[in-house]
Amino acid sequence: MTLKTRLLAVAAAGLALAAPLAANAHRGWLLPSFTVLSGDGSWVTVDAAISNELFYPDHRPMRLDGATVTAPDGSTQKPQNASTGQYRSTFDVQLNQAGTWKIGSASGTIQASWTENGEVKRFRGSPEDFASQVPAGAADLKTIRSFNRNETYVSRDKPSTEVFKPTGKGLELVPVTHPNDLVATETATFRFLVDGKPAEGLEVTFIPGGSRWRASPGEIKVKASADGAVKFTLPEAGMYWVNATVRSGEAGARGPGMAPPAAAPGAPAAPAQPLAGNGYSASYTAVIEAQRP
Amino acid sequence: MKRSVSLLTFAGAAVGASPALAADLNVTVEIPRLSVAEYHRPYVSIWIETADASAAGTLAVWYDADSKEDHGTKWLKDMRQWWRKAGREMSFPADGVSGATRAPGPQKLVFSSAKGALKGLKPGQYTLVVEAAREVGGHEAVRVPFVWGKPGKPASAKGSAELGTVTVAVK
Repeated sequence: MTLKTRLLAVAAAGLALAAPLAANAHRGWLLPSFTVLSGDGSWVTVDAAISNELFYPDHRPMRLDGATVTAPDGSTQKPQNASTGQYRSTFDVQLNQAGTWKIGSASGTIQASWTENGEVKRFRGSPEDFASQVPAGAADLKTIRSFNRNETYVSRDKPSTEVFKPTGKGLELVPVTHPNDLVATETATFRFLVDGKPAEGLEVTFIPGGSRWRASPGEIKVKASADGAVKFTLPEAGMYWVNATVRSGEAGARGPGMAPPAAAPGAPAAPAQPLAGNGYSASYTAVIEAQRP
Repeated sequence: MKRSVSLLTFAGAAVGASPALAADLNVTVEIPRLSVAEYHRPYVSIWIETADASAAGTLAVWYDADSKEDHGTKWLKDMRQWWRKAGREMSFPADGVSGATRAPGPQKLVFSSAKGALKGLKPGQYTLVVEAAREVGGHEAVRVPFVWGKPGKPASAKGSAELGTVTVAVK
């Protein structure tokens, strides 16, 4: 397929692709009220949104369907007092265990096209639904797989590392410096894995919050070494948005750090177009805090 | 029989490792009187830093353990340098370390070498850190170097907002 016909195909796919492309500048985030807490009565409240400016809810609330709270012992808990407003969702987490908590979502999506009785079929959904809805050995099967992770970490009392146990899925952070141990002006190191292997050459972007009162975005880009390690120094105290994406083959259509969009209801039934080829992408998004020295 | 022998050995080693120090650490912390609309006494931690800036021990933590809200532990993290280096490893209230918040004025303290963080502290160069965090107020840490192991001249440093003069003397 030439570039021109591919562009036409994209244009024909219409609504479903237009929204994510336009959403490329939007950033999804889960912003905790605190990342370092003390005492057994601690709670954090979390804002979750998809916005242009960091961290101002100026676009859409983040849907909380996929939000999971992982306690220091690895058990999962439900977000409490969850609500979704016009621009942001909020929920609370009671830190009833000492250690580090992980709050966020991690999910895989598969887009697929294949031919059945001379007709092009399309699929978009979870890997589980893919397995049950797309026939095994389908003709002309093309898949674009993506795995998106968006999380934040908070520690009550002494930080712990259980919640960072790699799952082997998508892009993951392995702390060298614990994300709740970051101090402005001090050099820190994170390690990234993609599907369980060192994410060599991964470009990781750090963008400070408070952009409304700054003339420039102030983003910092760092490349990972062969073992997936990223060395960085956050210049000032505050909250930072961290983002990294790996991509190969055909691109899935998705803004960084965003939850899967809902299927547009009542979208016109255009004739299905096959995917241009196979592809894979994984994204990592997190909110971290640099403490004042 | 074996047991008593090893205990004796251990006791002997301990004496050999740290020469008997009859020294005390005398510390004066001045808590400034502030003219602010809403004043709360600061939370204060007093601790010892080694040459590589890690914590060698906590001497005192003044906080509001009687607070209805989480027995005051909710705000311990606000003394954030101490919290990161030492506080989060401890449990509260901490025997011989926890204390009530103090009123403005000079607070004279004597820490004995026979107890707590000073017990077994090897002779050498250290820094005493006094870190204050005040509810609806500011945060400040004042550092005063001292040499542990022999009596020395008092040294002092002055805070600019949340702490006044901090004086340290090994006696």
